[in-house]
Amino acid sequence: MTLLIIAVIVLFVIAAVRVMSIYSLSSEMRGGSKDDIVTDAESKNQASLWVLFLIAFFGFCIWQLVKYGDKVLPEAASAHGPQIDNLFNITLALITVVFVLTHIVLVYQIYKNSGRTGRKAVYFAHSNKLELIWTIIPALALSGLIAYGLVVWNDVIYPGNKDAMVIELYSKQFDWTARYGGKDNALGKSDFRAIGAGNDLGMVEDLKGDDDIIVKGEFHLVKDKAVLFKFRSRDVIHSAYMPHFRAQMNCVPGMETTFEFIPTITTKEMREKLKDDKFNYVLLCNKICGAAHYNMQMDIIVETQEEFNTWVAEQKTWMQTQATAATAELINN
Amino acid sequence: MSAMDSTNQHEELHVHAAHNEHAHTDHGHDHHEDHHHEETFISKYVFSHDHKMISKQFLITAIFMAVIAMMMSIIFRLQLAWPGKSFPILESVLGKWAPGGVLDPNFYLALVTIHGTIMVFFVLTGGLSGTFSNLLIPLQIGARDMASGFLNMLSFWFFAASSAVMLFSVFIESGPAAGGWTIYPPLSALPEAMPGSGLGMTLWLVSMSLFIVSSLLGSLNYIVTIINLRTKGMSMTRLPLTIWAFLVTAILGVLSFPVLFAAALLLIFDRSFGTSFYLSDIYIGGQALEYNGGSPILYEHLFWFLGHPEVYIVLLPALGITSEVIATNARKPIFGYRAMIASILGIAFLSFIVWGHHMFITGMNPFLGSVFVFTTLLIAIPSAVKAFNYITTLWKGNLQFTPGMLFAIGLVSFFITGGVTGLILGDSALDINVHDTYFVVAHFHLVMGSAAIFGMFAGIYHWFPKMFGRLMNKKMGYAHFWLTFAGAYGVFFPMHFLGMAGVPRRYYSNTEFPIFNDLVDINVLVTWFAILAAVAQAIFLFNFFYSIYKGQKTSQNPWKSNTLEWTTPVEHLHGNWPGEIPEVHRWAYDYSKPGHEEDFVLQTVPLSASEKDEGEH
Repeated sequence: MTLLIIAVIVLFVIAAVRVMSIYSLSSEMRGGSKDDIVTDAESKNQASLWVLFLIAFFGFCIWQLVKYGDKVLPEAASAHGPQIDNLFNITLALITVVFVLTHIVLVYQIYKNSGRTGRKAVYFAHSNKLELIWTIIPALALSGLIAYGLVVWNDVIYPGNKDAMVIELYSKQFDWTARYGGKDNALGKSDFRAIGAGNDLGMVEDLKGDDDIIVKGEFHLVKDKAVLFKFRSRDVIHSAYMPHFRAQMNCVPGMETTFEFIPTITTKEMREKLKDDKFNYVLLCNKICGAAHYNMQMDIIVETQEEFNTWVAEQKTWMQTQATAATAELINN
Repeated sequence: MSAMDSTNQHEELHVHAAHNEHAHTDHGHDHHEDHHHEETFISKYVFSHDHKMISKQFLITAIFMAVIAMMMSIIFRLQLAWPGKSFPILESVLGKWAPGGVLDPNFYLALVTIHGTIMVFFVLTGGLSGTFSNLLIPLQIGARDMASGFLNMLSFWFFAASSAVMLFSVFIESGPAAGGWTIYPPLSALPEAMPGSGLGMTLWLVSMSLFIVSSLLGSLNYIVTIINLRTKGMSMTRLPLTIWAFLVTAILGVLSFPVLFAAALLLIFDRSFGTSFYLSDIYIGGQALEYNGGSPILYEHLFWFLGHPEVYIVLLPALGITSEVIATNARKPIFGYRAMIASILGIAFLSFIVWGHHMFITGMNPFLGSVFVFTTLLIAIPSAVKAFNYITTLWKGNLQFTPGMLFAIGLVSFFITGGVTGLILGDSALDINVHDTYFVVAHFHLVMGSAAIFGMFAGIYHWFPKMFGRLMNKKMGYAHFWLTFAGAYGVFFPMHFLGMAGVPRRYYSNTEFPIFNDLVDINVLVTWFAILAAVAQAIFLFNFFYSIYKGQKTSQNPWKSNTLEWTTPVEHLHGNWPGEIPEVHRWAYDYSKPGHEEDFVLQTVPLSASEKDEGEH
């Protein structure tokens, strides 16, 4: 098979060389094409191709917009999300205008000034006025974008919510674990040296940790209630990406990172909006972390306070889990 | 031999040659002929000190590496478009890495990693700077060779050795490095984390160390040559913009590659000698490791301190080539020569203080993020100046659509399309949601990948006659351009939509997430365009190698250009000019200057009494 492919390629190249030799011989006999000179006809053809290209390219962009425009992320499901989306849309609109206009001007210049015999270019070497114009206009536009961007960044990164619910998102190859602070809303201490069977997060003796609730597979949030995520990693860098909430932060071994937001749309509401009763918010890993990086996920359920309370009541605290484990060990012995 | 000795020798060559010309003009030529006969195959083609030969060596090595990296991308594109589908040919090519014709996830990551590494470093850094700095610096400034031909030769052979090590790493048992081209620790530091972090990563680090040596030897040589060996009359403001771009690129390289070397060295220590520069609090493979107190963020800072200037190390030479090719083929002076130099310098300066925009959400202090937003968005200003100046250069020109010109204009298009999305990614608030998604992949493949490779193609088509004494076939050049141009946009434009849908990069497959189900056909579309673009490169390869042997013979100055390289004879000789080195009297861009018969005026033509030099004010 491989040999056959190689043979075909070799034969193809030989044939191409032959064809080219014959072609260049015959074109020389006709006194034809010179590779260093672009004829007027070729020049016209290339200029027309640029115009065709631009039309096709814009057509392609519009086609994509129609086909994929509604497949991008749905409306943001967090309090800060719309701010980010606004900034995104304004920037996108601005750069789309720049992209379209510069391309029209570019291709217009190409078409209008395509080479002809006898034509002479205009000797126009510089103009401080023009340079000033296209230094100052981008500078002004950018100052606006920078200022707006920094305001949003400040709002998102320093939200200053009081009594946010504390959740630890703990990452390892290749899954996530969520730990709630429990009744005291405070996480117990942990140490990577304490990790072992039945203690994936390395919990150590700490009163604050007794009521912590550890869950896998999915975790729950309360609509309109601020949540402060604390991220940790046990092995390599991961990134906790929650696209629907416009939230992302890396999980770095050896340090704790944080991100805080307020979910605003319950899973149920979002399912109705999207007309998809299987839809779930997801947490995914967005920093290359190994072979199963592409499948490191956890579902996020946003619900009302009452629903959340019911769910929490069903979960075991760290103390209860340990007690169960101890009992099991006793029975086994 | 020290650089000093070599420079002295070089000057002797100068004096000697000049002496010959003055004393016995007829024998001057003979002298060089003799010189040629003395050369053996090894000294002429293998360990050559001649910058023109070294340039060809860089180019052909880079083309070889580029073909490999491109084929790798086709293989992983197949998996992305048709995840899990069996392609029996993959098994026959990759063996155990594609059992049953389905790509292994670890090897998918290895392909992505090596594709990126080869393209960024071996093709667009070594290949682009190595080829064109070597070819054009002595020829365009009017020097007989580089300041040190010996260091120049070493630079190529370090590059060749590093390429060989990188390729070798693909064939080892545990596979090549697979942690992404940025090789963030701890993933890259711990063999327990993935198979690619074993011997493969060691080889990657060895290869990159050799590469850095090559790059530094080359860059120092370029800088010294440009500063010291310009011919009489070649002031800095008469230099073609290519040379300005190569100079600034070399300075960037000299300042930033040592930092990458430091990063790599500390990583080698962590991997092999038990230090903890980047490692802390790690539990992997069933045990808690002893490393403590290090920080992966330190690595990220060091890496991106090179990594961002690296983007401009890749891009600036391409922009320099474009300036030259566009001006020549528009038959007009480049618009705003001084503003172009200023923007190159501005971009270069800013490129050193923006690296943090790769790290907004790594846990770096958010205030620091704000600073980096500010500096990053500022880069758009000199970039905009460049784009507008290119377009104005076309205005009222007499555009000659040679293949080189088409690729140069294509670069301008990519530079704009890919550049504008930088305003989104450079804004920390927006980066939160598009960081590490396909939006980033689209952005940098357009603005630095496609743009830089188009600059390289423009350079190849334009200076092929200077390199090989023959022309590349124009019609095949046209086909190559249009298919590649359409292919590249077809591949990278749709990726913006994947990014806006939140699809992360470096995913082996998107099938595990129902939210990505309705995006499958984008990946199919992208893969078909990638195959189209790859086929187009076959046209280029054929044209390139065919034209070396059978292309039309070129005249001395095929594009009617002003710069000095076109005053040398078509046949290469060591020392470049058979006679005296020409003296320069004007800047490089007197195209269609009023008062001149022809639409170009060689830099060697003296200014008439009424003329002023446009570069000088």
